[in-house]
Amino acid sequence: MAGDNGQPLIHARGLVKRFGELVAVDAIDFDLQRGEAFGFLGPNGAGKTSTMRMIGCVSPVTEGTLRVFGLDPAHDGVKIRARLGVVPQLDTLDMELTVRENLVIYGRYFGLPRRELGTRADELLEFVELTERANDKVEPLSGGMKRRLTIARSLVNDPEVMLLDEPTTGLDPQARHVVWDRLYRLKRQGVTLLLTTHYMDEAEQLCDRLVVMDKGRIVAEGSPRELIESYSTREVVELRFDDSRPEDFSYWTDGLVSRVESLPDRVLLYTDDGDAASHGLHERGLVPESVLVRRSTLEDVFLHLTGRSLIE
Amino acid sequence: MVEIAARLGGLAPTQPRIGGLLIVERNVMVYRRTWMILFSGFFEPLFYLLAFGIGLGAYVGPVTLDGESLDYAVFVAPGLLAVSAMNGAFYDATNVFWKLRYGKVYDAMLSTPVAPKDVAVGETLWAVVRALLYSAAFLTVIGAMGLIESWWGLLALPACFVIGFGFAGAGIAAVTWMRTWKDFEFTTLVMLPLFLFSATFYPITVYPEALQWIVQALPLYHGVSLVRALTTGAVSATQLLNVAYLLLMGFVGTGIAGRRIDRLLLK
Repeated sequence: MAGDNGQPLIHARGLVKRFGELVAVDAIDFDLQRGEAFGFLGPNGAGKTSTMRMIGCVSPVTEGTLRVFGLDPAHDGVKIRARLGVVPQLDTLDMELTVRENLVIYGRYFGLPRRELGTRADELLEFVELTERANDKVEPLSGGMKRRLTIARSLVNDPEVMLLDEPTTGLDPQARHVVWDRLYRLKRQGVTLLLTTHYMDEAEQLCDRLVVMDKGRIVAEGSPRELIESYSTREVVELRFDDSRPEDFSYWTDGLVSRVESLPDRVLLYTDDGDAASHGLHERGLVPESVLVRRSTLEDVFLHLTGRSLIE
Repeated sequence: MVEIAARLGGLAPTQPRIGGLLIVERNVMVYRRTWMILFSGFFEPLFYLLAFGIGLGAYVGPVTLDGESLDYAVFVAPGLLAVSAMNGAFYDATNVFWKLRYGKVYDAMLSTPVAPKDVAVGETLWAVVRALLYSAAFLTVIGAMGLIESWWGLLALPACFVIGFGFAGAGIAAVTWMRTWKDFEFTTLVMLPLFLFSATFYPITVYPEALQWIVQALPLYHGVSLVRALTTGAVSATQLLNVAYLLLMGFVGTGIAGRRIDRLLLK
């Protein structure tokens, strides 16, 4: 693609979005390079959707600099939108049209010729495995199918960047894996992905690099592995108790683990060797209802950075 | 595996010159299957014509308009023709409300190169098309019934285009302010008096002078006046004023609608 010169596809400095008094996005900086899969990880209300809408030129920037393909959304919204593929948080499929017609008319909105769009629609339906439903209405489709159709729709103009806002929220685990698989294939074909999610497994599976967002700010940035290395330990011991939960954990855990996180339903012990730590606890005579040793995830990173869980 | 990326090659997405036409194209796709719905609005004025023009008209006797004596059916038919154009345009605005508030149709469009003003222009155009369908059908009926007395009547269809445009623009602008379906009860409160009192069923001279001024300020009055002049042949410079009024209403309405859709959806 022309005109890149190693410049980032998306460039934001001090980006702010305010709705009246409410500060949704509070001076964030980030760059998106061509070919990467970049994620915004954070809970609901962190400012992820507001950021996506500003990039998609459907929400004016309040303050700061935002450049998409080197262009300013305030002046070149039409040109920018022509090169983006948008998967909004809530499906906006056309309920009055069939599955295939949804793809054709959406392509027409980009000024693409109807003749080519027929072939394009059939290819895309095959890609998201909806060929059999081509002539059905959209309404009776399952949530996962609607999501796949929305993804197919966003690809109709062969976008340079896909903006995916919570691509699998509300889907059951199986439907979610189908969506992940398709996104993973697109990534392998070199499509640049920008996605928001509050699922740490989604971020780990799809993102080369991500930023953790909380209350409109970016609190950390890196690859999933870097983030876990910087903000968590290799392993976590999860303890659950019935009634006999001790008040003071330092008595039991001193010298055994590097950090303790006490949640209402469980206690998390951060350590590089989970088995050794749980063995040590047992020797000291602590008997929880259950003990689980697992690897650290982005969930732990988020908990450490903000003191809260991703899904509340 | 389907290689889905980078297949369009030379087909660079472009901005359509008149984005509004894409909205019309979408609506044609929708109504291709449910075109029967389009006919419902044709029957309403036809029933009124039969009840008032033919039925009641037998008791009313001739009406004097600008010193000329007309059969009541000849007098009332153009009034109902103007009403068919108004209804066709205005009722389509109800669909715009659904698409705006519930269907998320415009949310999807606005993430493409389509802009809010394209939506406003496109929906207005489509509403005019619908108005013209009703009017053309009704015009054919009254023509066949011998209720058109002048060759000027050939211009009645373009006149209905102007009426449709005025009411489509105003209607779509109006629905952008509505929040729930309940708000549509207010439209009945506006449309019914317009229908009844805009000199549709009797000459404006029935009213005292002060009231005549008010009626002459109403949009449907200008529609009725325009079409009636054409089908009866009593054309004068007044018809230019009628056309100007309705065109202005259409342009202002479409402009407001575009700005409102921008404000509602691009927050």
